[in-house]
Amino acid sequence: MSDVSSGDERIKEMSKVRKALMRPELGGIVGTVAVFVFFGLFAFDSGMFNAQGIMNWSVVSAQFMIIAVGACLLMISGEFDLSVGSMIGFAGMMIAIFGVTLGWPMWIAILVTFVICVAFGALNGYIVVKTGLPSFIVTLATLFILRGFTIFIPQTIERKTIIGGIREAAEGDWLAPLFGAKIGAPIFNWLGDMGIIATFERGNRMGEPVVDGIPMLMVWALGLVIFGHWLLTRTRFGNWIFASGGDADAARNSGVPVNAVKIQMFMFTAFCATVFAVCQVMEFGSAGADRGLLKEFEAIIAVVIGGALLTGGYGSVIGAALGALIFGVVQQGLFFAGVESSLFRVFLGVILLAAVILNTYIRRIITGER
Amino acid sequence: MNDPIIQMKNIQKHFGSVIALAGVSVDIRGGECHCLLGDNGAGKSTFIKTMSGVHKPTSGEIIFEGKPMNFTRPRDAIEAGIATVHQHLAMIPLMSVSRNFFMGNEPIKKFGPIRLFDHDHANEITMREMKKMGINLRGPDQAVGTLSGGERQTVAIARAVHFGAKVLILDEPTSALGVRQTSNVLATIDKVRKQGIAVVFITHNVRHAMAVGDRFTVLNRGQTHGTAMKGEITPEELQDLMAGGQELATLEGSLGGTV
Ligand SMILES: Nc1ncnc2c1ncn2[C@@H]1O[C@H](COP(=O)(O)OP(=O)(O)OP(=O)(O)O)[C@@H](O)[C@H]1O
Ligand SMILES: [Mg+2]
Repeated sequence: MSDVSSGDERIKEMSKVRKALMRPELGGIVGTVAVFVFFGLFAFDSGMFNAQGIMNWSVVSAQFMIIAVGACLLMISGEFDLSVGSMIGFAGMMIAIFGVTLGWPMWIAILVTFVICVAFGALNGYIVVKTGLPSFIVTLATLFILRGFTIFIPQTIERKTIIGGIREAAEGDWLAPLFGAKIGAPIFNWLGDMGIIATFERGNRMGEPVVDGIPMLMVWALGLVIFGHWLLTRTRFGNWIFASGGDADAARNSGVPVNAVKIQMFMFTAFCATVFAVCQVMEFGSAGADRGLLKEFEAIIAVVIGGALLTGGYGSVIGAALGALIFGVVQQGLFFAGVESSLFRVFLGVILLAAVILNTYIRRIITGER
Repeated sequence: MNDPIIQMKNIQKHFGSVIALAGVSVDIRGGECHCLLGDNGAGKSTFIKTMSGVHKPTSGEIIFEGKPMNFTRPRDAIEAGIATVHQHLAMIPLMSVSRNFFMGNEPIKKFGPIRLFDHDHANEITMREMKKMGINLRGPDQAVGTLSGGERQTVAIARAVHFGAKVLILDEPTSALGVRQTSNVLATIDKVRKQGIAVVFITHNVRHAMAVGDRFTVLNRGQTHGTAMKGEITPEELQDLMAGGQELATLEGSLGGTV
């Protein structure tokens, strides 16, 4: 096959730089390196890079990753979901209501919550596809509706907006550990014994390693990233996701079931939000009506930093995961470095703008527009 | 001649108050190149879109291989072996040539229950088919957006030829093509026709139509003036008909019994 392209002498070999620029992940890779170099230089002694510190920003990054994967695939398919944050609050609250207030077995509470939330995702998608309205408006409505219910329901039933006791209710359940457990405890104990990671020096956990396992949240994040990347790049369905977002009419005329693809991406986004919510309530042991606030924007920002185009049809799950990592490292890094946390928002705005400008430039190169 | 593959009977298509097609009947046979001609806005694109499942006719009947066909989406038509090159190409600039080529018809590689997009196979076919049409790609992963208008058109045509098992519909496929690519397309139409596939060829160029057409149907303001066989009509007459039918009265004789 190698001589096929050599037939036309007018075709200039693309420079390696230009070719590399065309990978959507580029911005994410450069940003990740930059962020680590920066904090490595200026905050190395802050504890950010010892076992506890690494675990700290890894967990935050993993949270961003879980919702970024959903937002990424949805954005590539040409849509947004602004209801992700409300969905997180709502899902957590449903688990508390079912599992604590109503006393259902936790696994039933979790499964029913997944079904309800994914159904809401499907409803979002269905309305967008059937009405042809921008998903921005439709999911903005869902944002308010879900948040309203998340406050109204516990207030009506329990006369409060935070419901605790979830960890106790999940005791001995077979499904809950899939979201709330930590794995690899023996390894971390061994690392602690070997002195590779620090151990507690006093208190009732004396002798135990400061990091006692990898939370399932991180396993979910990694699993979802791998699944999303595989789905997008290796399967026929992935081609349909690109096509639906690239040009829905062209895709439809070529036989791509665009509506079904978009609805399924809304459902997947809702699924990711629910995974986030279940992990969160298992960790905190409680559900609060204000959980997940602004998460939809954080997910979208991570995706855009990761090189996806807001207009759809182009992007990468790996890029989105790197965007989430940058997000997590900077947020926690500034905290470790003792920088005023409000500056994080300034950083966020600047990097978002930079990423969008870079992406537009890359898009011009790809499509040959001038 | 052999039985028609597709019979379009009294097809009407209304867009709100606009009547794009006011009852058009045409039949398409295997092994023929059926030229569809007419002025801008005559309804040619709308007509072939009812054939390729993009539009559902407001009324009328489509008989495909002897059976009434109800295409509800383009996928149905594609699965039945009808491939279309739309006037506004169904190409996605941000996607690579090979991803575009196989959009909606991705080749599958199976690993047990897992079915993957067979990229190697897709790339190979894409390069081969494009080469056949006289276009050398930089690579199968080149984005369609970086291709010239004519090159894009060629990708769309190569794709339709590859997937058009029974019917190949070309809506002004040569409008942006150079001399060499145009003659390539016309030669391809001829070759495909000889394999027994039915070709529907929309063009404004009478010379192109005359070069490959077996039968000619002229549309005018959503209606047809009938179908003429090759040899029954001269290029000049065809030209006049397309111009809007002002000289229609004098031409009716030459269209003869087929009106
Ligand atoms: N989706 C649509 N909605 C409303 N009107 C339409 C639509 N599609 C086509 N029309 C109208 O139907 C008529 C026929 O259009 P069509 O595209 O079929 O013409 P055409 O013969 O292909 O013309 P051309 O040679 O310029 O391609 C036009 O008057 C057009 O405005
Ligand atoms: Mg047309």
